Amino acid sequence: MNVLQWVIDGIALGAVYALVAVGLALVFGVMRLINFAHGELITAGAYTLALTAAWPRAASVAACVVVAVALALATERVAFRRLRGATVTTALVTTFAVSFALQATWLMAFGPEGRTADVLTTLNRAAVRGEINLRWVTIVELVVGAALVAGVALLLNRTSIGLQMRAAAADPRAARLLGVRADRVIAFAFLLAGLLAAVVAILLTVQTPLVTPRFGLQITILALVGVVVGGIDRLPSATAGGFAIGFATAVLGNALPADDRVFLPSFTFLLVIVVLLVRPAGLFAPLRAPVVERV
Amino acid sequence: MSRHSRAALELLGPVGLLVAVGLIGSATSVSTRQDFLGALIAATTVIALYVFVGNSGVISFGHMSFVALGAFAAGVMTIPALVKPSVLPELWPFLADNEIGSLASLVLAAALGALYALVVGVPLMRLSGLAAGIATFAVLEITHNVLRFWEKIGPGAKTLSLVPTTTGIGTATGGAVIAAVVAFAYQRSRRGRLLRASREDGAAAQAVGVRIHRERLLAFVISGSLAGLAGGLLVHQLGSITTEQVYLELTFLTLAMLVVGGVGSLWGATVGAVLVSFLDTVLADAEDGLGLGPLELTLPDGASLVILGLLMTLILLVRPSGITGGREFGLPSRRHPTAPGRPS
Repeated sequence: MNVLQWVIDGIALGAVYALVAVGLALVFGVMRLINFAHGELITAGAYTLALTAAWPRAASVAACVVVAVALALATERVAFRRLRGATVTTALVTTFAVSFALQATWLMAFGPEGRTADVLTTLNRAAVRGEINLRWVTIVELVVGAALVAGVALLLNRTSIGLQMRAAAADPRAARLLGVRADRVIAFAFLLAGLLAAVVAILLTVQTPLVTPRFGLQITILALVGVVVGGIDRLPSATAGGFAIGFATAVLGNALPADDRVFLPSFTFLLVIVVLLVRPAGLFAPLRAPVVERV
Repeated sequence: MSRHSRAALELLGPVGLLVAVGLIGSATSVSTRQDFLGALIAATTVIALYVFVGNSGVISFGHMSFVALGAFAAGVMTIPALVKPSVLPELWPFLADNEIGSLASLVLAAALGALYALVVGVPLMRLSGLAAGIATFAVLEITHNVLRFWEKIGPGAKTLSLVPTTTGIGTATGGAVIAAVVAFAYQRSRRGRLLRASREDGAAAQAVGVRIHRERLLAFVISGSLAGLAGGLLVHQLGSITTEQVYLELTFLTLAMLVVGGVGSLWGATVGAVLVSFLDTVLADAEDGLGLGPLELTLPDGASLVILGLLMTLILLVRPSGITGGREFGLPSRRHPTAPGRPS
C-alpha cells in the first residue's frame, strides 16, 4: 500500500460522505433543521434496490430514486413542516423519533438479518491493477460525487429556485417578505436531499450489498459530524467538512497499524474534538465568522 | 401560597411520582417489577441529563459515556474475585484482584462519572450550540470505542456477566429520589440560578459577572455523577451488559424522554422518563396480546417500536415544549404561569 493509494481511497470515500453532507446542509440551510432521518432515506433507497433486484437495472435504480424522494417529501409534509419555529433541540429530537420509527418499520418489514442488493456489483471489478488498485466503483464515486456537488452549486447559483433557497437560508423573514414561498423552497430542498440520498444508497450498496435496518445510520452520523466540523452555516464549508471526515476515516484506516485499527473511531473523534475547540464555527468557515449559538 | 411551600410542592411532584412508581412496583410480581425498575433507572438517567441540558440550554449527546463508565466500573468491581480471572482473563491485576460490595460500587460509579465529566468538561464547556452537541457526541464515540476494544479494563466486545443483581425496587427508588433531590437542590441554589440566567441570555449574564464556563462545568460534573450512579443501578438490575446497551439507542431514547417530558423542568424530566418507559412496556406487552376488558389487542411483532416512535413524534409536534411545557409541578392556580423553567 502506498500513499497515493490511500489518497485515492480517501477521496472516493470522501466523495460519498460529501453527498450526504450536501443533503443535510441543504435542509439545514432552508429551515435550520438537522434532519437526522436523512439516513432513513438512504436505507429506504437501498431496500428498494434489494427488493427490485430482479427488475431491469435501470428500472431498479429509478425505483430507488422515486422511493427516496417520495419518503423525503412525505416526512417533510407530515412531520417536519410543523417544526418551523420549534427550538433546534426539539426539532432535532423529533427527527430522531421519526428515524427511530422508520428503523423499527424496516426491522418489522424486512427482519434484522438484512436483504442483499446486488444491482450494480459489477462495478466492483478492477479498472486498474498493479502498483495501484482501482475499482470501477471508486471512479464512479469520484465522478458522480464531483458532478452532483457541482450540479447543486450551479442550481443554487444560476436558477431562480436556487436563488430563493439561498435567500431563505440567509434570512428567512426577509425572503418571505419579498415573496419567496417557504413551503416551496423547503419542499425543494427535501426533494434534492432525497435525490442525493438515493445516489448514496446506490453507491453504498455496490461496496456493501447487505442492507440492514441501520444501513444509512452510520454514514449519516459521521457526515453530520463532518458537516458541523466543517461549518454548517454555508454549503461549501459543510460539504468540505463531510468530505474531510470521509477522507480522514479512509486515510487513518489505512495508516494505522493493524492492531490499533479497532481504535480508529477514537482517533477520528479525538481529531473532531480538537478541531471544534480550535474552530467552533467550523474548520472551513470564514476566519471572521461570528460564532452563532443555535441550540 | 408562600415561596417555600411552592418550592416544597415543586419537589414533591417528581419525588411523589418516583415513590409511587416504587410502591406500585413493590406490589407486583417479580417479572413485572423489572419494568418498574427500568422506569426508575430511566428516570435517574433522564434527571442526570436534565441537570446539565435543562439548566444550561446546551445539548449533550455524551451523557451515555458516564452511564457506560458507571455501569462497567460497578460491574467489573463487584464480580467475585474468584471467578474474575476466568470470565475476564485480560484484566489488569489491580482490577482483577479487588472486589467491592454493591453499595460501594454505586458510590464508585457516581465518583467516576463526576471525575470523567470534570476531565471532559474542562475543555468542552467552552463550546455552545451544535459544536457542543457534536463534541459531546465525539466523547461518547471514544468512550464506546475504548470500552469495546480495551480488554484490560473490561469485557471488550463480550458480555459482562455474573454481576450481582442487587438493584431491587428499594435501591432503584432510592437512587431516583436522590437524583431528583440533588437536581432540585442544584437548580434552586445560587450557582444553579446563575447557570439558568446564562441559558436565557448568555451575553447579559456574562455582563453581570456570571462565569459561564465555570457554571456549566459544575452542572456537567453533577450531571455526570448522577449519570454514573444510573449506570451502576442499571448494571446491578440487569446482571449482564454489553457496550451496545449503553450507546446510541439509549442516548436517543433518553434525550427523547427528556424532550417529550419538557427540557426545562425537573418535573418534565421525571414525567417524560416514566411515561415513555411505561409506554414502551405496554406496547411490548401488546405484541404478546393485551387484554383490555372484553377486547384482546395483539400487535404484530416489531410494531411496538414503530408505534413508540410515532407517538413520540406526535407528542413533539403537538407540544414542542414537552408534555409539562417545561414547567415545574404545581397547583393550577399559580400567580406566575410562566415562571422559571421555560426555555425561550
